[in-house]
Amino acid sequence: MNMQTKVDTGGIVRGGETLKQHRDRLMEATKRTKHYAGLERLDLRDSDPIKYNKLFSRLRAGVVDARETAKKIAASPIVEQEGELCFTLYNAAGDSILTSTGIIIHVGTMGAAIKYMIENGWEHNPGIRDRDIFCNNDSLIGNVHPCDIHTIVPIFHEGELIGWVGGVTHVIDTGSVGPGSMSTGQVQRFGDGYSITCRKIGENDTLFRDWLHESQRMVRTTRYWMLDERTRVAGCHMIRDLVQEVIADEGIESYWKFAYEAVEHGRIGLQARIKAMTIPGKYRQVGFVDVPYAHDDVRVPSDFAKVDTIMHTPSEITIRGDGTWRLDFEGSSRWGWHTYNAHQVSFTSGIWVMMTQSLIPTEMINDGAAYGTEFRLPKGTWMNPDDRRVAFSYSWHFLVSSWTALWRGLSRAYFGRGYLEEVNAGNANTSNWLQGGGFNQYDEIHAVNSFECAANGVGASAHMDGISHAAAVWNPEGDMGDMEIWELAEPLVYLGRQIKASSGGAGKYRGGCGFESLRMVWNAKDWTMFFMGNGHISSDWGLMGGYPAASGYRFEAHDTRLQEIIAQGGAIPHGGDTDPENPTWEAMLPDARIKRDKQAITTEAMFKDYDLYLNYMRGGPGFGDPLDREPQKVADDVNGGYLLPRFAESVYGVVLKDAGDGMKGVDGAATAARRKAIRKQRLEESVPTQEWMEAERQRILAKDAGVHVQQMFAASFKLGPRFEQQFRDFWNLPVDWKLMEADLPIPSYGREYSMDISELPDVRTVQFVEE
Amino acid sequence: MAYTKAKIKDLVDGKIDRDTLHTMLATPKDKERFQIYLEILQEQVDWDDPIILPLGPKLYIVQRQSDKKWMIRSQAGYDFCEWDQNWKLHARIRVRSTPAQMEELYPRLMAPSPEWQVIREYFCPLSGDLLDVEAPTPWYPVIHDFEPDIDTFYRDWLDLPVPERA
Repeated sequence: MNMQTKVDTGGIVRGGETLKQHRDRLMEATKRTKHYAGLERLDLRDSDPIKYNKLFSRLRAGVVDARETAKKIAASPIVEQEGELCFTLYNAAGDSILTSTGIIIHVGTMGAAIKYMIENGWEHNPGIRDRDIFCNNDSLIGNVHPCDIHTIVPIFHEGELIGWVGGVTHVIDTGSVGPGSMSTGQVQRFGDGYSITCRKIGENDTLFRDWLHESQRMVRTTRYWMLDERTRVAGCHMIRDLVQEVIADEGIESYWKFAYEAVEHGRIGLQARIKAMTIPGKYRQVGFVDVPYAHDDVRVPSDFAKVDTIMHTPSEITIRGDGTWRLDFEGSSRWGWHTYNAHQVSFTSGIWVMMTQSLIPTEMINDGAAYGTEFRLPKGTWMNPDDRRVAFSYSWHFLVSSWTALWRGLSRAYFGRGYLEEVNAGNANTSNWLQGGGFNQYDEIHAVNSFECAANGVGASAHMDGISHAAAVWNPEGDMGDMEIWELAEPLVYLGRQIKASSGGAGKYRGGCGFESLRMVWNAKDWTMFFMGNGHISSDWGLMGGYPAASGYRFEAHDTRLQEIIAQGGAIPHGGDTDPENPTWEAMLPDARIKRDKQAITTEAMFKDYDLYLNYMRGGPGFGDPLDREPQKVADDVNGGYLLPRFAESVYGVVLKDAGDGMKGVDGAATAARRKAIRKQRLEESVPTQEWMEAERQRILAKDAGVHVQQMFAASFKLGPRFEQQFRDFWNLPVDWKLMEADLPIPSYGREYSMDISELPDVRTVQFVEE
Repeated sequence: MAYTKAKIKDLVDGKIDRDTLHTMLATPKDKERFQIYLEILQEQVDWDDPIILPLGPKLYIVQRQSDKKWMIRSQAGYDFCEWDQNWKLHARIRVRSTPAQMEELYPRLMAPSPEWQVIREYFCPLSGDLLDVEAPTPWYPVIHDFEPDIDTFYRDWLDLPVPERA
């Protein structure tokens, strides 16, 4: 019997079920018993715990080893330097058993692709056979953004499918409207670049020639694209071989049981950790970030997209007495005409990247945590769009700005229990993203996306400052990369790299500071670049009296005459210019055309050799009242370049004095007096909250706020009736007070009309959350 | 892993040594931490009403001995409201809504734009301690950020008697 006959008459899954039958049976049992796959007992783990742990340790070590080995194949510094890759092992139903280190948001995204194949009959057409290779990057079915390319390989044993392995890398370009993996110029999916939906791209462990020819010409950075693919394929095949070796040693029965028990184990583990670390109750928080598109330097194709808007993500975490929990995002903004939308799976799966850094810091990261969590993401919101036109290329802009609020919620629990070591005021807004393209120093078509912002500031804890220029929420192995490597990859010379003073939020413990790199264009042709980050809004609030991290700005300089200045031996910008309120570079570049402003998102602008671009990485938020900070630490911050001197007094109440050798020390008596005066000033300048509320209520009644603020509330009211009712109740608004997007003087395309991917013929989408 | 009271006090004081910190992060949590933590905090306040749950470095839920009501109290001794209410509604507030006010905290260009985002500081009415900062858009309701289920926490999770509540 050949494989095709077998597929027609029975299923390919071990035991004879079809993939669909197998998944349906598991999901029904999960729903009925509240245990994954109906596993009310973990037979293998309980009867032979040593074998169970041996299986886990071998597989986990092998998956990590595959990642470390495979990443050396890549040429892209995003993969090779920053570690933007991940491998995950799945059971036959597409639920992850374990995952490697790296960008572990993909613990769920590749599983979503496997489930899409299962639900849409891939088993019969195009068929799933041993040694097949599939590729996916479709954000409408669960990917984070199109630049995360998945390679998925089924694993067979004695002719039957027993699981899958997936590998993902963040590629440098997907052929979107603008160069760079997370570009801003498009406002719909059709401009997001190459999109691949679970396509079979190889058989017999060999990639199809039509795929190789088509895919390499769909992107700008062909060499990186092809080597990234070899990275993924090699890692998947290493893990497939490992599984076969483990089965040979331990037996298929043990492996098969492990592949399901591990998921239930992960679910139980989450519940136990919640009880061990948190406090039952309700936690509420909110995230915002700016989308400043009504600006000349944001050149998008559609007039209806040229509007200023605000992303709004309120969240309520409910932790129950039994250790289960629910995360509800009622009131969140609608998807929009930009590239910051996200699929429900990337939103939920990415939360585990955060949780592995505090709540579940174990090696057993798998879909068990997802089965142990109830998510409610209202349909139509930016994290669960109901329109198939939406673009995703920089979904992280909204994701990181939303999740940072969840740190605050969980940290209230950790703080309450005394687990101060786990408290984290939040993450940084992981930007700026330096992107662009053209012809590079090797005279090749090129695109760049500098991943220096894998090393932003970390939020403060309740016992220490946040670490500076150290991490990004989306990759626990944050690294800014070597300048020399970036200079090989980009036609941009480093003129300087330094700590970004005052970028961390103030507090008893301050947020970690970011850093900045000043790049000079060199040996580029027909070159463009753009900015991508937060500007008008600091997305990362402080905690318990700590202040938000600083927000962003841009600096670019054109027609600098640096060639002449260098030839004459003159002074050129290197570092310095630490205070954008008192800039120094402008005077060194007297005739240059300079843009230094709050427009921190732009689209492609033309750059030529000797032009400058400042890449400013953001800081993290602070914890606790800054007046409680140990004064000497404030002096140390000034001496170390982490704090601009004038804020020592205005924010921290610390009066500095000269300590010799150009360093600053603390005037203790003057500091005590200054702090006392600031506390008095606070009381004089403040009012009872209820009094302020009455004044703010009058502003609301008068519709006294920017159109972008009104649009944000109006859109949230439409999708979140409970949010609207709470808003009305809080402000005691009369029934005739209405706020409708239709009444605002800006377009709101997408407000009334949308069409979901599920409405396409012959498409079955998989729903992972309550909507 | 259990820790001495001295080590936990070091953590509270921001003086914990790196080895112990690493152990705290990398090993299962010590369930008894909560009671030791409360003891340390109780020794640091000037009033005798027992702390039931810390809400911040200078903010607590306490059992008021005089009437057994659970109150949200600042370090300086100000009782904002009962434990299940939003204490911020009973605090003093200063809203930073102009560039000049923002630039007392951040350099120009690194400050939020007030027409997009304001900064709301909540102070203790007795001491002027800064107890919380919100940074929402204009018009945003004051967030009731935490409603702990203390009964379940004490009774079911920690096996502790629930303090009397009037």
